[in-house]
Amino acid sequence: MAGIVGYGAYIPRYRIRVEEIAKVWGADAPSYKKGLMLREKSVPAPDQDTITIAVEAAKNALKRAAIPPAKIGAVYVGSESHPYAVKPTGTAVAEAIGAIPDCHCADLEFACKAGSESMFIAFSHVKSGEMEYAMGIGADTSQGAPGDALEYSASAGGAAFIMGTKDVVATLDVQYSFMTDTPDFWRREYMHYPRHGGRFTGDLAYFKHVRGGVEGILKKSKMKPKDFRYCVFHQPNGKFPTRMGKELGFTEEQYRAGLLVPTLGNTYSGASPIGLSAILDEAKPGDRILMCSFGSGAGSDAFIFTATARLPKIQGRARKTRDYLDTNPVYLEYGAYTKFRRKILKNVED
Amino acid sequence: MITPPVVRRNTPQRYRLEANKCAKCGKVFFPPRLVCDACRGRKFAPVTLADTGKVVACTVIRTPPTGFSDLSPYCMGIVELKGGTRIQCQIADCEPERVKIGLPVTLEFRRVQEDGESGVLAYAYKAVPAR
Ligand SMILES: [Zn+2]
Repeated sequence: MAGIVGYGAYIPRYRIRVEEIAKVWGADAPSYKKGLMLREKSVPAPDQDTITIAVEAAKNALKRAAIPPAKIGAVYVGSESHPYAVKPTGTAVAEAIGAIPDCHCADLEFACKAGSESMFIAFSHVKSGEMEYAMGIGADTSQGAPGDALEYSASAGGAAFIMGTKDVVATLDVQYSFMTDTPDFWRREYMHYPRHGGRFTGDLAYFKHVRGGVEGILKKSKMKPKDFRYCVFHQPNGKFPTRMGKELGFTEEQYRAGLLVPTLGNTYSGASPIGLSAILDEAKPGDRILMCSFGSGAGSDAFIFTATARLPKIQGRARKTRDYLDTNPVYLEYGAYTKFRRKILKNVED
Repeated sequence: MITPPVVRRNTPQRYRLEANKCAKCGKVFFPPRLVCDACRGRKFAPVTLADTGKVVACTVIRTPPTGFSDLSPYCMGIVELKGGTRIQCQIADCEPERVKIGLPVTLEFRRVQEDGESGVLAYAYKAVPAR
Protein backbone atom coordinates (compact mmCIF):
# COMPACT_ATOMS: atom_id res chain seq x y z
CA MET A 1 0.00 0.00 0.00
CA ALA A 2 1.23 3.51 -0.83
CA GLY A 3 2.36 5.82 1.92
CA ILE A 4 5.27 7.64 3.50
CA VAL A 5 8.56 5.72 3.69
CA GLY A 6 10.69 8.56 5.08
CA TYR A 7 10.12 12.08 6.38
CA GLY A 8 12.25 14.95 7.67
CA ALA A 9 11.98 18.60 8.66
CA TYR A 10 14.30 21.56 8.98
CA ILE A 11 13.86 24.76 10.99
CA PRO A 12 16.48 27.57 11.05
CA ARG A 13 18.10 28.46 14.34
CA TYR A 14 17.20 32.16 14.57
CA ARG A 15 14.06 33.57 16.18
CA ILE A 16 12.44 36.94 16.73
CA ARG A 17 9.86 37.62 19.43
CA VAL A 18 6.54 39.38 18.83
CA GLU A 19 7.57 42.08 21.39
CA GLU A 20 10.65 42.93 19.34
CA ILE A 21 8.58 43.60 16.20
CA ALA A 22 5.75 45.37 18.04
CA LYS A 23 8.22 47.74 19.75
CA VAL A 24 9.41 49.11 16.39
CA TRP A 25 5.94 49.72 14.95
CA GLY A 26 4.33 51.02 18.14
CA ALA A 27 1.97 48.05 18.25
CA ASP A 28 0.60 46.43 21.37
CA ALA A 29 2.54 43.17 21.80
CA PRO A 30 0.18 41.52 24.33
CA SER A 31 -2.84 41.98 22.07
CA TYR A 32 -0.92 40.58 19.06
CA LYS A 33 0.28 37.62 21.11
CA LYS A 34 -3.21 36.93 22.37
CA GLY A 35 -4.94 37.64 19.05
CA LEU A 36 -2.58 35.49 16.99
CA MET A 37 -1.69 32.98 19.75
CA LEU A 38 1.92 33.44 18.68
CA ARG A 39 4.99 34.24 20.80
CA GLU A 40 7.89 34.16 18.33
CA LYS A 41 8.82 33.02 14.82
CA SER A 42 11.79 31.44 13.06
CA VAL A 43 14.04 33.59 10.88
CA PRO A 44 16.32 32.18 8.17
CA ALA A 45 20.04 32.97 8.41
CA PRO A 46 21.31 35.33 5.65
CA ASP A 47 22.69 32.30 3.77
CA GLN A 48 19.47 30.27 3.95
CA ASP A 49 16.63 30.17 1.46
CA THR A 50 13.98 27.73 0.25
CA ILE A 51 16.61 25.65 -1.57
CA THR A 52 18.86 25.20 1.48
CA ILE A 53 15.92 24.44 3.78
CA ALA A 54 14.42 21.95 1.30
CA VAL A 55 17.80 20.21 0.96
CA GLU A 56 18.22 19.80 4.74
CA ALA A 57 14.67 18.48 5.13
CA ALA A 58 15.23 16.10 2.18
CA LYS A 59 18.48 14.81 3.73
CA ASN A 60 16.63 14.06 6.96
CA ALA A 61 13.89 12.23 5.04
CA LEU A 62 16.55 10.19 3.25
CA LYS A 63 18.25 9.29 6.55
CA ARG A 64 14.95 7.89 7.81
CA ALA A 65 13.96 6.09 4.61
CA ALA A 66 17.48 4.65 4.19
CA ILE A 67 16.94 4.00 0.47
CA PRO A 68 19.39 4.61 -2.39
CA PRO A 69 18.68 8.21 -3.53
CA ALA A 70 19.01 7.17 -7.18
CA LYS A 71 15.72 5.27 -6.78
CA ILE A 72 13.79 8.50 -6.12
CA GLY A 73 11.95 9.11 -9.38
CA ALA A 74 10.65 12.62 -8.67
CA VAL A 75 11.45 15.63 -6.49
CA TYR A 76 8.73 18.25 -6.15
CA VAL A 77 9.16 21.42 -4.12
CA GLY A 78 6.19 23.56 -3.16
CA SER A 79 6.98 27.11 -2.06
CA GLU A 80 5.98 30.71 -2.53
CA SER A 81 9.58 31.85 -2.02
CA HIS A 82 11.59 29.95 -4.62
CA PRO A 83 15.01 31.71 -4.77
CA TYR A 84 14.86 32.15 -8.53
CA ALA A 85 11.85 33.51 -10.44
CA VAL A 86 13.04 31.36 -13.35
CA LYS A 87 15.22 28.31 -12.54
CA PRO A 88 13.94 25.36 -10.57
CA THR A 89 14.41 24.66 -6.88
CA GLY A 90 13.74 20.93 -7.37
CA THR A 91 16.85 20.31 -9.48
CA ALA A 92 19.08 21.74 -6.73
CA VAL A 93 17.46 19.45 -4.17
CA ALA A 94 17.66 16.39 -6.46
CA GLU A 95 21.32 17.14 -7.16
CA ALA A 96 22.18 17.62 -3.47
CA ILE A 97 20.61 14.34 -2.37
CA GLY A 98 21.94 12.37 -5.35
CA ALA A 99 18.60 11.67 -7.07
CA ILE A 100 19.84 13.02 -10.43
CA PRO A 101 19.78 12.39 -13.37
CA ASP A 102 16.98 9.76 -13.62
CA CYS A 103 14.49 12.04 -11.95
CA HIS A 104 11.47 14.23 -12.65
CA CYS A 105 11.53 17.66 -10.99
CA ALA A 106 8.94 20.41 -10.73
CA ASP A 107 8.35 23.45 -8.56
CA LEU A 108 4.85 24.17 -7.33
CA GLU A 109 3.20 27.39 -6.19
CA PHE A 110 -0.18 27.79 -4.50
CA ALA A 111 0.39 30.17 -1.57
CA CYS A 112 0.60 27.98 1.56
CA LYS A 113 -0.79 24.86 -0.12
CA ALA A 114 2.17 24.16 -2.43
CA GLY A 115 3.77 21.71 0.04
CA SER A 116 0.79 19.36 0.37
CA GLU A 117 0.35 19.60 -3.40
CA SER A 118 3.87 18.26 -3.95
CA MET A 119 2.98 15.38 -1.59
CA PHE A 120 -0.27 14.74 -3.46
CA ILE A 121 1.52 14.42 -6.81
CA ALA A 122 4.34 12.29 -5.37
CA PHE A 123 1.72 9.88 -3.96
CA SER A 124 0.09 9.55 -7.37
CA HIS A 125 3.32 8.37 -9.00
CA VAL A 126 3.96 5.61 -6.47
CA LYS A 127 0.31 4.55 -6.34
CA SER A 128 0.21 4.13 -10.11
CA GLY A 129 3.43 2.11 -10.03
CA GLU A 130 5.15 4.59 -12.34
CA MET A 131 7.89 5.20 -9.76
CA GLU A 132 9.32 3.23 -6.86
CA TYR A 133 9.83 6.37 -4.76
CA ALA A 134 8.85 10.04 -5.15
CA MET A 135 9.58 13.01 -2.90
CA GLY A 136 7.29 15.89 -1.99
CA ILE A 137 8.60 18.95 -0.12
CA GLY A 138 7.02 22.08 1.33
CA ALA A 139 9.46 24.86 2.28
CA ASP A 140 9.35 28.63 2.57
CA THR A 141 11.22 31.71 3.77
CA SER A 142 8.22 33.97 3.56
CA GLN A 143 8.18 37.71 4.15
CA GLY A 144 5.46 39.93 5.51
CA ALA A 145 5.59 43.64 4.66
CA PRO A 146 7.23 45.64 7.49
CA GLY A 147 4.60 46.71 10.02
CA ASP A 148 1.91 44.47 8.47
CA ALA A 149 0.20 41.86 10.66
CA LEU A 150 1.92 39.18 8.55
CA GLU A 151 5.34 40.37 9.70
CA TYR A 152 4.63 38.88 13.14
CA SER A 153 4.05 35.43 11.71
CA ALA A 154 5.84 34.92 8.33
CA SER A 155 8.67 32.51 9.15
CA ALA A 156 10.95 29.87 7.64
CA GLY A 157 11.12 26.08 7.61
CA GLY A 158 10.29 23.01 5.58
CA ALA A 159 9.48 19.32 5.56
CA ALA A 160 10.14 16.53 3.05
CA PHE A 161 8.34 13.22 2.52
CA ILE A 162 9.48 10.23 0.49
CA MET A 163 6.53 8.22 -0.81
CA GLY A 164 6.66 4.57 -1.77
CA THR A 165 4.82 1.27 -1.50
CA LYS A 166 7.45 -0.84 0.31
CA ASP A 167 8.50 -0.42 3.98
CA VAL A 168 5.85 2.25 4.49
CA VAL A 169 5.86 3.99 7.91
CA ALA A 170 2.45 5.63 7.44
CA THR A 171 -0.06 4.42 4.89
CA LEU A 172 -2.01 6.97 2.87
CA ASP A 173 -5.59 5.78 3.31
CA VAL A 174 -7.71 8.54 1.79
CA GLN A 175 -7.12 11.89 0.11
CA TYR A 176 -9.46 14.71 -0.81
CA SER A 177 -9.08 18.28 -2.12
CA PHE A 178 -11.41 21.28 -1.93
CA MET A 179 -10.96 24.32 -4.24
CA THR A 180 -12.63 27.61 -5.20
CA ASP A 181 -11.27 30.75 -6.81
CA THR A 182 -11.04 33.21 -3.90
CA PRO A 183 -8.82 36.33 -3.92
CA ASP A 184 -7.90 36.40 -0.20
CA PHE A 185 -4.10 36.78 -0.52
CA TRP A 186 -1.79 37.40 -3.48
CA ARG A 187 1.50 38.78 -4.70
CA ARG A 188 1.79 40.23 -8.18
CA GLU A 189 4.88 39.78 -10.35
CA TYR A 190 7.93 41.91 -9.26
CA MET A 191 6.35 42.84 -5.92
CA HIS A 192 8.38 42.20 -2.76
CA TYR A 193 5.58 41.56 -0.33
CA PRO A 194 2.20 39.88 -0.59
CA ARG A 195 -1.11 41.65 -0.01
CA HIS A 196 -4.22 40.25 1.62
CA GLY A 197 -7.90 40.90 2.00
CA GLY A 198 -7.74 41.65 5.74
CA ARG A 199 -10.70 40.12 7.54
CA PHE A 200 -11.79 38.48 4.30
CA THR A 201 -8.92 35.98 4.82
CA GLY A 202 -10.76 34.39 7.77
CA ASP A 203 -14.26 32.98 7.31
CA LEU A 204 -14.46 33.04 3.51
CA ALA A 205 -10.94 31.75 2.92
CA TYR A 206 -9.20 29.77 5.67
CA PHE A 207 -12.24 28.47 7.57
CA LYS A 208 -14.36 27.73 4.52
CA HIS A 209 -11.65 25.72 2.77
CA VAL A 210 -10.23 23.84 5.76
CA ARG A 211 -13.78 22.95 6.77
CA GLY A 212 -14.48 21.89 3.18
CA GLY A 213 -11.35 19.73 3.11
CA VAL A 214 -11.92 18.08 6.48
CA GLU A 215 -15.66 17.51 6.09
CA GLY A 216 -15.08 16.21 2.56
CA ILE A 217 -12.47 13.66 3.61
CA LEU A 218 -14.53 12.55 6.63
CA LYS A 219 -17.49 11.95 4.33
CA LYS A 220 -15.35 10.14 1.76
CA SER A 221 -13.75 7.92 4.42
CA LYS A 222 -16.94 7.51 6.50
CA MET A 223 -14.91 8.49 9.57
CA LYS A 224 -15.53 10.83 12.50
CA PRO A 225 -13.17 13.14 14.41
CA LYS A 226 -12.97 10.61 17.26
CA ASP A 227 -11.46 8.03 14.86
CA PHE A 228 -8.20 9.99 14.84
CA ARG A 229 -5.36 10.05 17.31
CA TYR A 230 -3.87 13.20 15.70
CA CYS A 231 -4.92 16.04 13.44
CA VAL A 232 -2.96 18.90 11.88
CA PHE A 233 -4.29 21.86 9.93
CA HIS A 234 -2.61 24.75 8.15
CA GLN A 235 -1.48 27.14 10.87
CA PRO A 236 -1.04 30.79 9.80
CA ASN A 237 -1.34 31.67 13.50
CA GLY A 238 -2.36 29.78 16.62
CA LYS A 239 -5.93 31.02 16.68
CA PHE A 240 -7.18 29.78 13.29
CA PRO A 241 -6.31 26.05 13.57
CA THR A 242 -7.39 25.93 17.22
CA ARG A 243 -10.81 27.45 16.46
CA MET A 244 -11.14 25.27 13.35
CA GLY A 245 -10.28 22.12 15.28
CA LYS A 246 -12.85 22.85 17.97
CA GLU A 247 -15.57 23.74 15.45
CA LEU A 248 -14.99 20.49 13.58
CA GLY A 249 -15.16 18.44 16.78
CA PHE A 250 -11.48 17.76 17.48
CA THR A 251 -9.88 18.09 20.90
CA GLU A 252 -6.64 19.74 22.02
CA GLU A 253 -5.31 16.23 22.69
CA GLN A 254 -5.55 15.58 18.95
CA TYR A 255 -4.05 18.82 17.58
CA ARG A 256 -1.43 19.61 20.24
CA ALA A 257 1.46 17.56 18.74
CA GLY A 258 1.16 19.14 15.31
CA LEU A 259 0.52 22.72 16.45
CA LEU A 260 3.95 24.34 16.18
CA VAL A 261 2.94 27.87 15.18
CA PRO A 262 3.14 29.51 18.67
CA THR A 263 6.97 29.32 18.60
CA LEU A 264 7.60 28.62 14.90
CA GLY A 265 5.38 31.15 13.14
CA ASN A 266 3.74 30.54 9.79
CA THR A 267 6.06 28.59 7.50
CA TYR A 268 3.56 28.87 4.62
CA SER A 269 4.08 25.84 2.34
CA GLY A 270 5.95 24.18 5.19
CA ALA A 271 3.26 24.70 7.86
CA SER A 272 1.01 21.62 7.85
CA PRO A 273 3.83 19.37 6.46
CA ILE A 274 6.16 20.34 9.36
CA GLY A 275 3.24 19.76 11.75
CA LEU A 276 2.80 16.29 10.24
CA SER A 277 6.53 15.59 10.71
CA ALA A 278 6.24 16.47 14.42
CA ILE A 279 3.31 14.05 14.70
CA LEU A 280 5.23 11.27 12.91
CA ASP A 281 8.08 11.85 15.38
CA GLU A 282 5.87 10.62 18.23
CA ALA A 283 3.04 8.56 16.66
CA LYS A 284 2.70 4.87 17.50
CA PRO A 285 1.71 1.97 15.23
CA GLY A 286 -1.99 2.09 14.42
CA ASP A 287 -2.40 5.80 15.17
CA ARG A 288 -4.60 7.50 12.61
CA ILE A 289 -3.62 11.02 11.47
CA LEU A 290 -5.70 13.64 9.63
CA MET A 291 -3.86 16.43 7.81
CA CYS A 292 -5.47 19.37 6.02
CA SER A 293 -3.49 22.15 4.37
CA PHE A 294 -4.80 25.50 3.17
CA GLY A 295 -3.56 27.78 0.43
CA SER A 296 -4.93 31.18 -0.39
CA GLY A 297 -6.46 31.58 -3.77
CA ALA A 298 -7.92 29.16 -2.42
CA GLY A 299 -8.01 25.48 -1.58
CA SER A 300 -7.07 22.66 0.75
CA ASP A 301 -5.61 19.16 0.43
CA ALA A 302 -6.62 16.62 3.09
CA PHE A 303 -4.96 13.27 3.80
CA ILE A 304 -5.65 10.39 6.17
CA PHE A 305 -2.61 8.37 7.27
CA THR A 306 -2.18 5.38 9.56
CA ALA A 307 1.17 4.80 11.28
CA THR A 308 2.61 1.32 10.73
CA ALA A 309 4.74 -0.94 12.93
CA ARG A 310 7.82 0.32 11.05
CA LEU A 311 7.45 3.97 12.16
CA PRO A 312 9.14 3.63 15.60
CA LYS A 313 12.17 2.04 13.92
CA ILE A 314 12.95 5.14 11.85
CA GLN A 315 11.85 8.02 14.11
CA GLY A 316 15.31 8.36 15.72
CA ARG A 317 17.34 8.17 12.52
CA ALA A 318 17.28 11.95 11.99
CA ARG A 319 16.83 15.02 14.12
CA LYS A 320 13.27 15.45 15.38
CA THR A 321 11.15 18.48 14.53
CA ARG A 322 10.55 19.57 18.14
CA ASP A 323 14.29 19.39 18.71
CA TYR A 324 14.89 21.86 15.86
CA LEU A 325 12.21 24.07 17.33
CA ASP A 326 13.15 23.97 21.01
CA THR A 327 16.95 23.49 21.20
CA ASN A 328 19.29 26.52 21.46
CA PRO A 329 17.41 29.15 19.48
CA VAL A 330 19.24 32.46 18.94
CA TYR A 331 17.04 35.54 19.40
CA LEU A 332 17.50 38.51 17.07
CA GLU A 333 16.81 42.18 17.60
CA TYR A 334 14.77 43.94 14.93
CA GLY A 335 17.87 45.59 13.39
CA ALA A 336 19.68 42.29 12.80
CA TYR A 337 16.41 40.75 11.61
CA THR A 338 15.95 43.40 8.91
CA LYS A 339 19.55 42.86 7.79
CA PHE A 340 19.06 39.07 7.68
CA ARG A 341 15.85 39.50 5.68
CA ARG A 342 17.38 42.15 3.38
CA LYS A 343 14.82 44.77 4.24
CA ILE A 344 17.52 47.48 4.34
CA LEU A 345 18.22 49.46 1.17
CA LYS A 346 21.94 49.54 0.43
CA ASN A 347 24.23 50.86 -2.28
CA VAL A 348 25.26 48.22 -4.77
CA GLU A 349 28.65 46.89 -3.60
CA ASP A 350 30.18 45.29 -6.66
CA MET B 1 33.33 36.24 -9.55
CA ILE B 2 31.19 33.15 -9.84
CA THR B 3 30.01 32.03 -13.26
CA PRO B 4 27.61 29.28 -14.34
CA PRO B 5 30.47 26.98 -15.54
CA VAL B 6 32.30 27.30 -12.22
CA VAL B 7 29.11 26.60 -10.27
CA ARG B 8 28.38 23.51 -12.37
CA ARG B 9 31.96 22.17 -12.19
CA ASN B 10 31.98 22.37 -8.38
CA THR B 11 28.53 20.83 -7.92
CA PRO B 12 29.43 17.18 -7.10
CA GLN B 13 31.79 18.11 -4.26
CA ARG B 14 29.95 21.19 -3.07
CA TYR B 15 26.44 19.71 -3.10
CA ARG B 16 27.14 16.09 -2.19
CA LEU B 17 30.60 16.09 -0.55
CA GLU B 18 31.93 13.77 -3.23
CA ALA B 19 35.61 13.01 -2.66
CA ASN B 20 37.84 10.44 -4.33
CA LYS B 21 39.91 7.71 -2.78
CA CYS B 22 43.18 6.40 -4.28
CA ALA B 23 42.63 2.80 -5.38
CA LYS B 24 46.29 1.95 -4.63
CA CYS B 25 47.07 3.58 -1.25
CA GLY B 26 43.63 4.60 0.00
CA LYS B 27 44.32 8.31 0.48
CA VAL B 28 41.14 10.42 0.26
CA PHE B 29 41.16 13.74 -1.62
CA PHE B 30 38.69 16.56 -1.28
CA PRO B 31 38.20 18.22 -3.64
CA PRO B 32 38.92 15.22 -5.90
CA ARG B 33 42.33 15.02 -7.65
CA LEU B 34 43.52 13.35 -10.83
CA VAL B 35 46.86 12.07 -9.47
CA CYS B 36 47.54 10.79 -5.93
CA ASP B 37 50.21 12.92 -4.26
CA ALA B 38 51.27 10.01 -2.06
CA CYS B 39 51.75 7.17 -4.55
CA ARG B 40 51.23 8.79 -7.99
CA GLY B 41 48.23 6.50 -8.51
CA ARG B 42 45.76 7.59 -11.15
CA LYS B 43 42.87 5.26 -10.27
CA PHE B 44 40.27 6.52 -7.82
CA ALA B 45 36.93 5.40 -6.41
CA PRO B 46 34.29 7.98 -5.41
CA VAL B 47 33.48 8.33 -1.70
CA THR B 48 31.04 10.56 0.15
CA LEU B 49 32.41 12.40 3.18
CA ALA B 50 30.69 12.38 6.57
CA ASP B 51 28.65 15.48 7.44
CA THR B 52 29.79 15.74 11.07
CA GLY B 53 33.17 16.59 12.60
CA LYS B 54 35.03 19.11 14.73
CA VAL B 55 36.85 22.39 14.23
CA VAL B 56 40.64 21.95 14.18
CA ALA B 57 41.59 25.51 13.21
CA CYS B 58 39.62 28.74 13.08
CA THR B 59 39.82 32.46 12.52
CA VAL B 60 37.44 35.40 12.45
CA ILE B 61 37.18 37.49 9.26
CA ARG B 62 36.60 41.15 10.06
CA THR B 63 37.80 42.63 6.75
CA PRO B 64 35.91 40.53 4.23
CA PRO B 65 36.49 40.40 0.48
CA THR B 66 34.06 42.10 -1.92
CA GLY B 67 30.66 40.45 -1.87
CA PHE B 68 30.89 39.18 1.72
CA SER B 69 30.67 42.41 3.74
CA ASP B 70 27.12 41.66 4.94
CA LEU B 71 28.42 38.59 6.76
CA SER B 72 31.16 40.43 8.69
CA PRO B 73 32.40 39.40 11.18
CA TYR B 74 32.28 35.70 10.29
CA CYS B 75 34.21 32.56 11.22
CA MET B 76 36.27 30.47 8.84
CA GLY B 77 37.81 27.19 9.84
CA ILE B 78 39.29 23.84 9.01
CA VAL B 79 36.98 21.03 9.99
CA GLU B 80 38.08 17.45 10.49
CA LEU B 81 35.19 15.26 9.42
CA LYS B 82 34.41 11.84 10.82
CA GLY B 83 36.70 9.59 8.79
CA GLY B 84 39.61 12.03 9.03
CA THR B 85 39.28 14.22 5.92
CA ARG B 86 39.84 17.91 6.58
CA ILE B 87 37.94 20.61 4.70
CA GLN B 88 38.03 24.39 4.82
CA CYS B 89 34.74 26.22 5.12
CA GLN B 90 32.80 28.96 6.83
CA ILE B 91 31.47 28.22 10.30
CA ALA B 92 27.98 29.71 10.09
CA ASP B 93 25.28 30.43 12.73
CA CYS B 94 28.21 31.00 15.08
CA GLU B 95 29.08 34.20 16.94
CA PRO B 96 32.86 34.96 16.70
CA GLU B 97 33.32 34.57 20.46
CA ARG B 98 31.89 31.04 20.35
CA VAL B 99 34.15 29.49 17.74
CA LYS B 100 37.01 27.43 19.17
CA ILE B 101 39.18 24.42 18.37
CA GLY B 102 37.31 21.22 19.19
CA LEU B 103 33.82 22.70 18.57
CA PRO B 104 31.58 19.87 17.29
CA VAL B 105 29.95 20.83 14.00
CA THR B 106 27.64 19.45 11.36
CA LEU B 107 27.71 20.43 7.69
CA GLU B 108 24.63 22.15 6.31
CA PHE B 109 23.71 23.19 2.80
CA ARG B 110 23.91 26.97 2.48
CA ARG B 111 24.05 29.73 -0.09
CA VAL B 112 27.75 30.61 -0.30
CA GLN B 113 27.93 33.26 -3.00
CA GLU B 114 25.72 35.28 -5.27
CA ASP B 115 26.55 37.21 -8.40
CA GLY B 116 24.99 40.55 -7.47
CA GLU B 117 21.23 41.07 -7.47
CA SER B 118 20.48 39.29 -10.74
CA GLY B 119 23.31 36.77 -11.27
CA VAL B 120 23.67 33.10 -10.47
CA LEU B 121 23.51 31.74 -6.90
CA ALA B 122 26.15 29.33 -5.61
CA TYR B 123 25.42 26.73 -2.93
CA ALA B 124 27.73 24.51 -0.86
CA TYR B 125 28.34 23.16 2.62
CA LYS B 126 29.07 25.28 5.68
CA ALA B 127 29.80 24.01 9.16
CA VAL B 128 27.38 24.99 11.93
CA PRO B 129 27.75 24.32 15.66
CA ALA B 130 26.07 21.00 16.48
CA ARG B 131 22.76 21.85 18.16
ZN1 LIG C 1 47.68 6.82 -3.59
